Amino acid sequence: MVLLPAFGYLPVLGADTFHLEAWQDLWAHAGLHRSVLLSYFSGLITALVALFIVVLFLAASQGTWIDRAIRRMVSPLLAIPHAAVAFGLAFLIAPSGLLVRWASPGLTGWERPPDLLIVNDPFGLALMAGLILKEVPFLLLMSLAALPQLRPEQRVTLARSLGYAPGIAWLKCVFPALYPLIRLPVYAVIAYATSVVDMALILGPTLPPTLSVSVLTWFNDPDLSRRFMASAGAVLQFGVTLAALLTWWLGEQGIKRLCQRWLANGSRASGATAIAFGGRALLLAVTLLAISALAGLALFSVAGFWRFPDALPGTFTLDHWQRILPGVATPLINTLSVGLAATLIAAVLVVATLEHAARHHLPALRAQWLLYLPLIVPQVAFLFGLVVAVESIAIRPQHALVVAVHLLFVVPYLYLSLSESYRRLDPRWVQVALSLGVPPWRAFWQVRLPLLLTPLLTACAVSLAVSIGQYLPTLLLGGGRVPTITTEAVAMASGGNRRLVAVLALLQALLPFIGFSLALMIPRLVWAKRRQMRGAA
Amino acid sequence: MIPNLQSLHIKQMTITLAGEALLAMHCDIAPGEVLTVMGPSGSGKSTLLAYLAGFLSPAFQAQGELYLGDKRLDTLPAEQRGIGLLFQDPMLFPHLSVAGNCRFGLPHRANDKRQQVAQALNQVGLAGFENRDPATLSGGQQARVALMRLLLSQPRAVLLDEPFSKLDTALRQEMRTLVFGQLREAGLPTLLVTHDEADANAAGGPIIALG
Repeated sequence: MVLLPAFGYLPVLGADTFHLEAWQDLWAHAGLHRSVLLSYFSGLITALVALFIVVLFLAASQGTWIDRAIRRMVSPLLAIPHAAVAFGLAFLIAPSGLLVRWASPGLTGWERPPDLLIVNDPFGLALMAGLILKEVPFLLLMSLAALPQLRPEQRVTLARSLGYAPGIAWLKCVFPALYPLIRLPVYAVIAYATSVVDMALILGPTLPPTLSVSVLTWFNDPDLSRRFMASAGAVLQFGVTLAALLTWWLGEQGIKRLCQRWLANGSRASGATAIAFGGRALLLAVTLLAISALAGLALFSVAGFWRFPDALPGTFTLDHWQRILPGVATPLINTLSVGLAATLIAAVLVVATLEHAARHHLPALRAQWLLYLPLIVPQVAFLFGLVVAVESIAIRPQHALVVAVHLLFVVPYLYLSLSESYRRLDPRWVQVALSLGVPPWRAFWQVRLPLLLTPLLTACAVSLAVSIGQYLPTLLLGGGRVPTITTEAVAMASGGNRRLVAVLALLQALLPFIGFSLALMIPRLVWAKRRQMRGAA
Repeated sequence: MIPNLQSLHIKQMTITLAGEALLAMHCDIAPGEVLTVMGPSGSGKSTLLAYLAGFLSPAFQAQGELYLGDKRLDTLPAEQRGIGLLFQDPMLFPHLSVAGNCRFGLPHRANDKRQQVAQALNQVGLAGFENRDPATLSGGQQARVALMRLLLSQPRAVLLDEPFSKLDTALRQEMRTLVFGQLREAGLPTLLVTHDEADANAAGGPIIALG
C-alpha cells in the first residue's frame, strides 16, 4: 500500500496513473542525500557502539557485587520510553543544560550559555548518544536472557584452566556462541535506529533532518500532493534500513573470517586489563548518563527561577505540574486505555498460542520470524502504507485502530518475554494435575497460570511499556485524535517550554515504572504465605 | 472397602520412535499387586510411564491396548484414565496450602472434603498440617502429603516413577513400607519404575527388566 502511491497511484486523491514524478521530486529535494546518510550511519554506528559496550561489559563482568549492582541499575532503563530519555539527554547536554552549568564558570569560564549547537547538531551526534543510551540496556538484557543456556561459567573456567585471562576467555569461548543468539535483537536495533522518529525529532539534526523525520513532515504536509513524495520516501527508508542491515551482515562475515585466526592464536592475556576496566567503566558511564538525564528532568520540572550558570535552581515550584496536570487528563486516559487494552488482548493471544503449543507438544513456532517482522521493518515504511490502506477502506482514525496497531509491536515483545518461562515450566506440574482427574482447563487456570503469575505480570509490564512508548503508530493511526502522553511530549519538543516538557517526559517515564512495580509487588502480596512462589518462579 | 477392584492389562504394547522399536510389553497387574520395571536410564522407562498415563509425545508411535478391567484406557485423555502418578519429587503445588493440595485431587462432588483431608493427614502423622505452606515441610513430610493427595483422588491404578530415589536412606525404607502398604490396602494395581534393587524387593511383586 505504500508502494502504489510512491509510483503515483492514489485514487483517493484522483491519481490513478503510474508515473515516477514522486521519485523525481524526492531526488530533487534539497538535502536528501544528507538525510539518507544520516539515517544510514546513525543506525550502524549506534548499533556498533552499543554492542561494543555490552560485549565489553559482559567480558569484564565476573559476577562480583559491582557487576551485579551495575546490571541491576541498567534493567530499569529499558522501561523508560525513548522520548523521555531523549528529553533528559537534551536537557543534560544543551548549552544551558546541566553539564554546562555544573562545569561553569569554574572550568569553562562561561557566564552565559555558549552559542553552540549541541542538541540537534548537524552530524546527529546527540541523536546517536540518545539511541545508544536506549540500545545498551536492550542488548544487555537480551544477552543476559540468552547467556544461561550457554553455561558461560563452564566455558570460562575451562579456558582459564588453560591459562586464559578471564576477559579474553569470555571473548574467545562465550561470545562466538552468544552472538547468533542475539543477532535478531541487534538487527532490530539497527532497523530501529535507522528509522527512529521521536528521538530524531527531539535530538536529531534539523536542516536537513533524518530521512524518517523528512518523510513524516511530507506526509503531514497540508499540500496533499506531497503524499506521493512521502510514500516514495517511505520506500526509500525501507531501502536505507535494508542497506544498513546488509552492511552489518557483510561486516559480520568479514569479522568472522578475521577472527578465526585470533580465536585460536593462543594469545591468552593481551588486552585483558583494558577489558576489565573498560567494560565496567563504559557501561557505568552509560548508566550514570541515563540516570542523570532523568534526574535532570525531575530538576527542571520543579525549577523556579534558575540563573545561568547556577548548578541548582534558585527556587523550587510545583507551578509547572499544576499548570499541566489538568490538560493531561485526556492524554493520560488515552495512554492507559490503549496500553491496557493492547496488553490484555496481546496477553490472551500469546497465552492461548503458548498453551496450544504446550498441549500438543509443538516445537517453537516456525513462523516465529513473522512475529518479529514489525520489529525489523522500519515503522515509517509500513505504517504509511497502513494509513493509506485504512483510509482507502474509509476507516476513520480512532482508539480501536491505535490499539490494533500497537498490538503489532506489543505482541512480539510479550511473546519474547513470556515464551521462555512458559516452555521451561516443568511439564510434570500439569501432568500431576491431570493424573489427579482434573480436566485440562482447570489444570490451566489452577496450576499453570498461578505458577506463571510472576513472568506473566512482568511480560504484561513490558508490553505496557512498549505501548506507552509508541509515538509514530499512535500519531499516524490516531490521526491526531488520540493524543497520548508520548505524542503530546514530542509535539512540545520544538517550541515548548522546557519545564513543561520536563513534566510530560517525567510522566511518560513514570507510567512504565508503575507497571513494573506492580508486576513486582503483586506476586509478593499474593504469595505472601508461599515461600517457594516468592523465591523461584 | 472400595468395590469391584480391577486389574490393569497392558496388551501387546510396542512403542516406536521414528520407525525404531523402543520397548514392548504384555502383562497384567492384579489389584494390590506391584509390578516393578527395572532398567538403566535410557531404557525407555519414562516413555512407558508417559504412554500409560496418557502423556506420550506425538513423536512416538504406540501400538497395543491398555485396559482397566474391561474398560479401555489408551483411547482416553489423561484426566479420564484414573491413573495416579507419584514422581521422584513430591510435586506439591507451591501456590496451594497442604490442605489445598489434598483437596485439589478430591472429586468435585465429594462430601465432607474438610474431614476427608483431615483424616488423610492424620493417617500419615500430619494431623493439623492443613494450613501449612508445602515449602516449609521436610522432604519426608512432603512425600507423605503427595501420597495422600494421590489416594484422595481415588485412582484406579497407580504409576510410581522412582518415588524414593531422592529421599535419604533412613527415610527411604520407611516411605517404601508406607507407600506399598497404603497401595496394597487400597487394592490398586501399581507399576513401579526404578533402578534400585531394594525398591523392587520391598515391592514384593513380579519384576520385568528393560534394556
